Amino acid sequence: MAKPIFDIPNLDEALKTPAVKKGASAHLKIHPAQPPLMEKLGFPPALVEGWQKKAVEKLGELKEKYKSLKLFMEVCVKCGSCADKCHYYLGTSDPNNMPVGRQELMRKVYRKNFTVGGALFGKLANAEEMDEETLKEWSTYFYQCSQCRRCSVFCPFGIDTAEITMAAREIMDSIGAGHKYSVEIIGKVHDVGNNLGIPKPALQSTLDFLEEDVKEATGADVKFPLDQEGADVLFITPSADFFSSPHVDSLVGYAKVFHAAGIGFTFSSHASEFANFGMFVGNYDQMKKISERIVQAARDLKVKRIIVGECGHAWRVAYSFWETLNGPFDFLDVKKPMHVCEFTHDLIKKGALTFDKTANDEFTVTYHDSCNVARASRMGDAPGGQFEIPREILRAVCNKYVEMPDAVNRQKTFCCGGGGGLLTDELMELRVKGAAAKTSALKTVMQEKGVNTMAMICAICKAQFSKVLPYYEIPMETVAGIHQLVSNAIRLGEK
Amino acid sequence: MSALTLFYVGTSYLCAAVFFGGLSYRLAGYAATPSPLRIPLTPQATTVFGVIKKNAVSMAVFRALFIGERWTWVGGYSLHVIFVFVFLRHLRLFINPVPEFLVDLQPLALLFAALLPLPVLFLISRRMYVDRYRYISSGADYFALVLLLVIGLSGLALKFVSHSDLVGVKEFLLGLVLLSPVEMPSHPAFMLHFSLVLLLGFYFPFSKLVHAGGVFLSPTTTQVEDNREQIHANPRGGN
Repeated sequence: MAKPIFDIPNLDEALKTPAVKKGASAHLKIHPAQPPLMEKLGFPPALVEGWQKKAVEKLGELKEKYKSLKLFMEVCVKCGSCADKCHYYLGTSDPNNMPVGRQELMRKVYRKNFTVGGALFGKLANAEEMDEETLKEWSTYFYQCSQCRRCSVFCPFGIDTAEITMAAREIMDSIGAGHKYSVEIIGKVHDVGNNLGIPKPALQSTLDFLEEDVKEATGADVKFPLDQEGADVLFITPSADFFSSPHVDSLVGYAKVFHAAGIGFTFSSHASEFANFGMFVGNYDQMKKISERIVQAARDLKVKRIIVGECGHAWRVAYSFWETLNGPFDFLDVKKPMHVCEFTHDLIKKGALTFDKTANDEFTVTYHDSCNVARASRMGDAPGGQFEIPREILRAVCNKYVEMPDAVNRQKTFCCGGGGGLLTDELMELRVKGAAAKTSALKTVMQEKGVNTMAMICAICKAQFSKVLPYYEIPMETVAGIHQLVSNAIRLGEK
Repeated sequence: MSALTLFYVGTSYLCAAVFFGGLSYRLAGYAATPSPLRIPLTPQATTVFGVIKKNAVSMAVFRALFIGERWTWVGGYSLHVIFVFVFLRHLRLFINPVPEFLVDLQPLALLFAALLPLPVLFLISRRMYVDRYRYISSGADYFALVLLLVIGLSGLALKFVSHSDLVGVKEFLLGLVLLSPVEMPSHPAFMLHFSLVLLLGFYFPFSKLVHAGGVFLSPTTTQVEDNREQIHANPRGGN
């Protein structure tokens, strides 16, 4: 780890509301998307002629397209309840990172162009034109929001900054000002099939290697099939699961669960990606096009159902949006997507899996609720299943399980600091500072309860925490996937 | 009818039209705008009844504000409770005969109404002295609070400082409601109080005060979370 050139937040203070420091994170800038990347997605290659007017027109179009945007622009009373609920405000002290502060960056343009007061009184009514300065603020602070929805929990009107951030990014893309990270990744999904740009041969050799590896370690013939027509289940997982650590350990866990349950599954090289960055850039068509690949793969491989791996935002897209985007899924036996945690949990309830919990005895485990799972989706039949099902799996496979403090748990969980399309190197300072809130809770349970492992079910959370925990002198090995722990404890061939 | 009365009668009807028309227009606009993707804040109830039940409680007690910012809740919630009593106290001026329960309620309603300046002053000072709230507060935020304050104070002045001709006031207001206007009592404190209320009525539909209706239409809090149980097609079709 390179020596940081910024101050690392003090974790003991990380949950305290800081004093406002104007412009404290104004220097944290994204890398703009190069023209070819933009053009590939049908966006203008560079800032278009008359972008000021076009941005306002796009805002006008979106407010008629999305009730959320229109209502959220108009009903905020600026009570300030959200002000200190954002991990980026807590970490940076920049008032434009207060959710209401961030929203105001759009609202001032909205007022000027779409409200009577703003048109009549201008600056007096906090109304401003879209101009160079405003675009600079937008391209800075709408990329310091991870769309985690935590602020909306505390808003009397349920105003969700994620909706506003998505709209802002969509507007910026439409005038030719995109973010390299997300735009480039979406391009790779269209070209190759996944975010990491892994071609089929590399994917195949990874899966072959894993098969041999598991055989060597367990003696069991656990399969990692690719493009196997007629399999029962199409398994879609974030591509990080194929190549990154600790992600790949959960991938092994998924395969072992299928093996133990005796249910055939297959990965797809056409849809080797669960993540859907179309949501991060707020673009309906991209979101639809990206998930279309999965529908296509399910048809081509003639599977009966789709089960998905550990990923936060993608579970939101699958659970909440898939049917609206690409449905109905009439050609499947099971029409609703299933989360791998639901799958494993069902098998545990049925007694179909055997575990040796002592295999995880070196770990004292806590659980990090990922934002999109916690606040934008569900698992199981009842509301809140997204909290209980992962925890029940952990209790089934570990002897030592500990909860994090209530103030940062379940619906009130903090973002890892790298979600929403911000998992990119140029924003490392923001990511480290944004991680402070949740990390302070982790540190508390490490010190008080001896926790040494934080389990989670999101590829971005895993990558982000692995990278930033060392800044807080917490080893990256603290990060684990739930199915990594399942993998450790599961007994193969005993049932 | 004097020119002054004529002016006030005309303005009152215009105000009513702007208030009710404007507010309906705004709220109908929200209701008519599609919400193509399901975005309830989860965990959320899975049935319409469940969502109504949950929101009945959380909206009645301002739950999100309560868990978010306790002191703001103290100020904001008490102010809204006072609004209810102020409304109940004024109702007797608009209906005849006055129902018994309204008569019985008057002392209590007066007590609450008399407290109105306290939460308003508290909310104003909060905006002035807490750095986060100072940063987000604009002229409009202070304007709404100051307007409420002077309306409250002028109303209290009518009760405690310079008594108005209550019978004349009621005849005037009833006349307005029954569409047969009569002469307005030329009492300066009443005229001030009444003028400010008209100003509030004109301002309301154009301001953040539409939150009063908007709160019931927010997609994150009012959408049912039944993605497992239902299929949700995009109401707009393909995009």
